[in-house]
Amino acid sequence: MLAIARQRMLGQSFKKILPAVSVLRSYSSAAKQITVREALNSALDEEMSADPKVFLMGEEVGEYQGAYKITKGLLEKYGPERVLDTPITEAGFTGIGVGAAYYGLKPVVEFMTFNFSMQAIDHIINSAAKSNYMSAGQISVPIVFRGPNGAAAGVGAQHSQCYAAWYASCPGLKVLSPYNSEDARGLLKAAIRDPDPVVFLENELLYGESFPVSDEVLDSSFCLPIGKAKIEREGKDVTITAFSKMAAEMLEKDGIYAEVINLRSIRPLDRSTINASVRKTNRLITVEEGFPQHGVGAEICASVVEESFSYLDAPVERIAGADVPMPYAANLERMAVPQVEDIVRAAKRACYRSVPLAATA
Amino acid sequence: MALSRLASSSSRSADLLKPLCSAISLRRPISTDTTPITVETSVPFTSHQCDTPSRSVQTNAKELFTFFRDMALMRRMEIAADSLYKAKLIRGFCHLYDGQEAVAVGMEAAITKKDCIITAYRDHCTFVSRGGTLLEVFAELMGRQAGCSRGKGGSMHFYKKDSNFYGGHGIVGAQVPLGCGLAFAQKYSKDEAVTFALYGDGAANQGQLFEALNISALWDLPAILVCENNHYGMGTAEWRAAKSPAYYKRGDYAPGLKVDGMDAFAVKQACTFAKEHALKNGPIILEMDTYRYHGHSMSDPGSTYRTRDEITGVRQERDPVERIRKLILSHDLATEKELKDIEKEIRKEVDDAIAQAKENPLPESSELFTNVYAKGLGVESFGADRKEVRAILP
Repeated sequence: MLAIARQRMLGQSFKKILPAVSVLRSYSSAAKQITVREALNSALDEEMSADPKVFLMGEEVGEYQGAYKITKGLLEKYGPERVLDTPITEAGFTGIGVGAAYYGLKPVVEFMTFNFSMQAIDHIINSAAKSNYMSAGQISVPIVFRGPNGAAAGVGAQHSQCYAAWYASCPGLKVLSPYNSEDARGLLKAAIRDPDPVVFLENELLYGESFPVSDEVLDSSFCLPIGKAKIEREGKDVTITAFSKMAAEMLEKDGIYAEVINLRSIRPLDRSTINASVRKTNRLITVEEGFPQHGVGAEICASVVEESFSYLDAPVERIAGADVPMPYAANLERMAVPQVEDIVRAAKRACYRSVPLAATA
Repeated sequence: MALSRLASSSSRSADLLKPLCSAISLRRPISTDTTPITVETSVPFTSHQCDTPSRSVQTNAKELFTFFRDMALMRRMEIAADSLYKAKLIRGFCHLYDGQEAVAVGMEAAITKKDCIITAYRDHCTFVSRGGTLLEVFAELMGRQAGCSRGKGGSMHFYKKDSNFYGGHGIVGAQVPLGCGLAFAQKYSKDEAVTFALYGDGAANQGQLFEALNISALWDLPAILVCENNHYGMGTAEWRAAKSPAYYKRGDYAPGLKVDGMDAFAVKQACTFAKEHALKNGPIILEMDTYRYHGHSMSDPGSTYRTRDEITGVRQERDPVERIRKLILSHDLATEKELKDIEKEIRKEVDDAIAQAKENPLPESSELFTNVYAKGLGVESFGADRKEVRAILP
């Protein structure tokens, strides 16, 4: 009971639950709600139905119905030739997936978590990302690598790393990170249709969260563009990249109107949306879950300094996971992951509001 | 009769042999004669968990000449690449295949272009056997536009997708799971074709190979794993790297065949056998007992870990080109002079291709940014100084 409450708290600390206000403002009262899990499952289902070359591969994706139930029902519907349970051999099955993509099929390879993708990273980078370039366009690799990425709850150091920065640094890859159900559907469909290798970073804690979706989102032709961020919430005082709707609400109470940008695409990074926003607000907080050094925030900061230096009224602030392997104890884990109060404090600093200095540890 | 056969024949070797044959056409129709000849492989096959194919191989004069010409061409090409490397026209890595030609040529004779081949970085000759031209080879080695990868790949990254040749890979062992993936795709697409995934004795110890073999055997994929055992993984002799250097047995549950890789007919027979097996029963391993005359790459003299006597010994006893030459002569299909004339022609062909490649330009600067993606999405990319060099990815 307590564990569940703790998990919900951790889930809520960084991810949002529906703010009542925006539901009434943005959507009809008959808006359907689907979980991120349902969104991903329906996207896979529709793309497999539309294109016989699409097939799924990974540990427990078939008979087990998916380790996180993302692929539930797909084995029954499409059969064992298109939904393949693999042995626990990431290097082998990822290489096989990439080889199938060389031939022209469209594999969707699931990593039970992206921590295990490190066993296959040579195939993602050297066999997939670089092949179109090295072959001068002869060998394209229409593959999707998907699975949960980043921190879960209480799973410890080896199961909690965020790989966004690592994969996004590699030319030849596209790296996507959906937030809500609309993102999950639209970006996964786009990823499967894209002729290049796509790393699709999901979030385990969001799988069970429900979000409203319009009829357009539910249509089987729905697709989101790759490389375009979304302004989740417009504001004027400070830009926050990555997602924290919760933080924006808290800031509003203090008279700070934050513009929140949901990146959606880590590579290609939507530099123009980010820079346009900073030119409007003059302040930037980058928020991410992963390790701070050489992270996504570092790239966003550099991009803004290069493109919009004279628009900055304050130094760029970076909120990231703590620079330590993920600890297990609940209190330490909470300190290792960005919390709403961290984002709020950074925003206040950027807006020159005085903030009592935290005691150093 | 010979001339009319030449005209109707579509084989590359027949076209290339035209000048020679027109000179001797009045004497006898050698290069297109398809009267069956039976040859015996040098040694019997050894097998693991399967039957052995027969030592008697069907061939004919036409095939003998094709083998001779193709292997002599590959030999000359690799030796020419050696000189180009020393002249600093080829940069970086250059891994030469001379000595191993029989594997490429024998394999190609057993299969069609619907079958896939994937190999590692010692790929120049395999590329040629799949239909690549000398100009594409030399231009790519020198980083020019006419190269098979437009100069962007280099020696280790030759590809020819229209002939189902999938490279050309620099990471030892990676090509084996990729090859099993090709086989998976062939089965998925119901293409009734197989994939040959080539690897060396050094790569034979890679874990991902066993992972891929396990999956291939579970899913009955038409994958043929071909160990080109030239007995040295870079500078490490097989007995120092593998507890069990019987690579054809290492598949355990998967059957294997040990083949004299210096005998093009043994290779051809084994590949025919393997293709039939893989289409019905899933993966099989072929171990080709072969040898490379050069070191691992151009920076390796190849003599710090093996004796010159060993190298000369193999050249004298087992050279694949010499074997075919002896067969042609013993079957009285040509004179020594005629074969020497073929080799002279080949030399000229190679020299002409090199001259053409040398004239070919380096890629345009804009090529730095092409092919990063198949679909660029209008995304921006950057040069070393991003304020100076930016491009929209096509």
